[in-house]
Amino acid sequence: MLTNLKIALRFLLAKRRSMMMSLAGIAFGTGFIILTQAITTGFQEFFIRTILGTDGALRVEDKFQATVVNLSAIDAEGRYAGGVEVESNRKYQEGVAEPGRLTDAIKRFPDVGGVSEVLRGNVSIQSATREESGQVYGIELENHMAVSDIGRQLVVGSMDDFRKAPSGVLVGSALANRLRLRPGNSVLIAHGGQSTRYRVSAIYETGIRDIDKVRVFMHLGEARVLLRKPHGASYLQVGLKNPDRAPEIARQIERIASHRAASWQEREKVWLDVFRFFRILAAITVFTIIVVSGLGMFNTLAMIVMEKTREIAILRSMGYTRADIALVFMLQGGLVLAAGIALGWLLGALGTWGVSSVPVSVRGIFSTDHIVVAWDCAHYAGAALAASVVVLIASWLPARRAALLEPAAIIRGASQ
Amino acid sequence: MNIAAPGTPVANEAIRCVRLTRHLGAGDARVQVLREVSLAVEPGTVSAIVGPSGCGKSTLLYLLGLLDRPDGGEIWIANENLAQAGDEKRTQVRNEHIGFVFQFHFLLPEFSALENVMLPMRKLGRATPAQMTARAAQLLDAVGLGEKTRRLANQLSGGEQQRVAIARALANQPSIILADEPTGNLDVKNSAMVFELLTRLAKENGQAIILVTHNPDIAGRCDFLHPMRDGVFVKKR
Repeated sequence: MLTNLKIALRFLLAKRRSMMMSLAGIAFGTGFIILTQAITTGFQEFFIRTILGTDGALRVEDKFQATVVNLSAIDAEGRYAGGVEVESNRKYQEGVAEPGRLTDAIKRFPDVGGVSEVLRGNVSIQSATREESGQVYGIELENHMAVSDIGRQLVVGSMDDFRKAPSGVLVGSALANRLRLRPGNSVLIAHGGQSTRYRVSAIYETGIRDIDKVRVFMHLGEARVLLRKPHGASYLQVGLKNPDRAPEIARQIERIASHRAASWQEREKVWLDVFRFFRILAAITVFTIIVVSGLGMFNTLAMIVMEKTREIAILRSMGYTRADIALVFMLQGGLVLAAGIALGWLLGALGTWGVSSVPVSVRGIFSTDHIVVAWDCAHYAGAALAASVVVLIASWLPARRAALLEPAAIIRGASQ
Repeated sequence: MNIAAPGTPVANEAIRCVRLTRHLGAGDARVQVLREVSLAVEPGTVSAIVGPSGCGKSTLLYLLGLLDRPDGGEIWIANENLAQAGDEKRTQVRNEHIGFVFQFHFLLPEFSALENVMLPMRKLGRATPAQMTARAAQLLDAVGLGEKTRRLANQLSGGEQQRVAIARALANQPSIILADEPTGNLDVKNSAMVFELLTRLAKENGQAIILVTHNPDIAGRCDFLHPMRDGVFVKKR
């Protein structure tokens, strides 16, 4: 093995320029796969963190009643032979009628980290300068902080002010900008012809513009008065210890509690599909660099096989097996691959580190002032795997050809 | 040396072939190159196969060296008939029992003279790296290249390269040395030196040498001469 490695290395060094081109291609391909995956995954994970911190892992809302139809089977003699119950359709009843009991039931799930009762209603909000339509979200602050990042999303003002002020509200940054609101200002919030004055305790920013321009959080009791809903809730926001299990737990809650339960994956399917599409697109685009490098590798090795037929014949004549010869050429591919992956990892890591400090302002589906990257070993392993598959295929074909060369035919040809 | 009859080899034979036949080409171009050729060679002897081009000398040599497969007949080396043995077995026997010297030296140009000589030993794997280095240096010294062991193959003259090839052929102390026109690419002075070296070193170690040559001087200095014509031995000395 060591001798074969030595022969492989010497053959490679004799083709230094061609091999450097292949090496550069593999290194750049590997590095770019890592970089693009780091960026796309970084933004995707940041988006997921944002939506989990805003709307939670699960939302339990409308109660439903399912109509169950019993489908029976009969045998040849017309006797009952068994049956299955099939849900035919659902009738939904808006909101959660008994939030307390449902909260208790949901909290029994071991994966549930917290439950927050939310009462929602459309309102108009009037400041000293203008009026905007929006939505009031009535919450129990401590419960809601357990299932969201609202505590960390404040940009101006203090959560303590909100906690202590029964008429305090938390206003989204975009809405506050439109209404020119600052903490301490008062706003008039109207619903169903009744207006009540509230005081802005703090301004928050989730980064999701659709939320920041309409939502106003207030204490649940105040919301019940304003919206004239003394009982019930619009939905329950549920926090999970492992958000990845949200779809499974949503199904269990639906089955047990007969309430519609939507996981974050279901709610944000469109955006998640967009991110996935961009990740695949980036991977395919960059993978072509590796494929082209693989073709270069194939050409170089095929040329070495053609140029080294005499050496192959003499190695065979002195006792090197077909497997040894194949190994010599596979090792050449392997050496370039190993160097290419190592260099690619370094390029990928440096590139990822470099772009993470590039200032880019993104607002809309999340809020960031620089490119978000994800550091994940899987990206490095995936890039190495992609390069390995291409290079090993590119090496295997010339290696096989070299191994199948007949030494007698080569020596006979060389001697004539 | 004798022309052998079919059957298992006797104990003092390094190699024996029995009724070897070989065709080359395909279809209308297919010709019979060897016609039931038999040969046995004893250790410590030098045999020359001579004849016009295309008479089958090299084909016979490649068959004896297990580089090619006969269409019929037997090849006995180390008490085994290897004519139709598997590739692994034939390769292993080549490594252990056979040394080749070709008209063109076929050194690996990326390796030094010392490394070229060590290649068969590395494959055999019976000696330590230090032992292999010492033996390769000793062989190169024996062929007069003790001062040039570290030179790359392409930094040596034609005669020197052929001497490295002889050292390489002797590296694993094979029982058989097969030489295909070993002096064919050398001038008169180098031819004489290479032949002298090859026969002296092989005889010192009791190795059987079979060489194919067009050079009548070289052929005349061998222990046995086998003229060949149209795929058969025509007479012997």
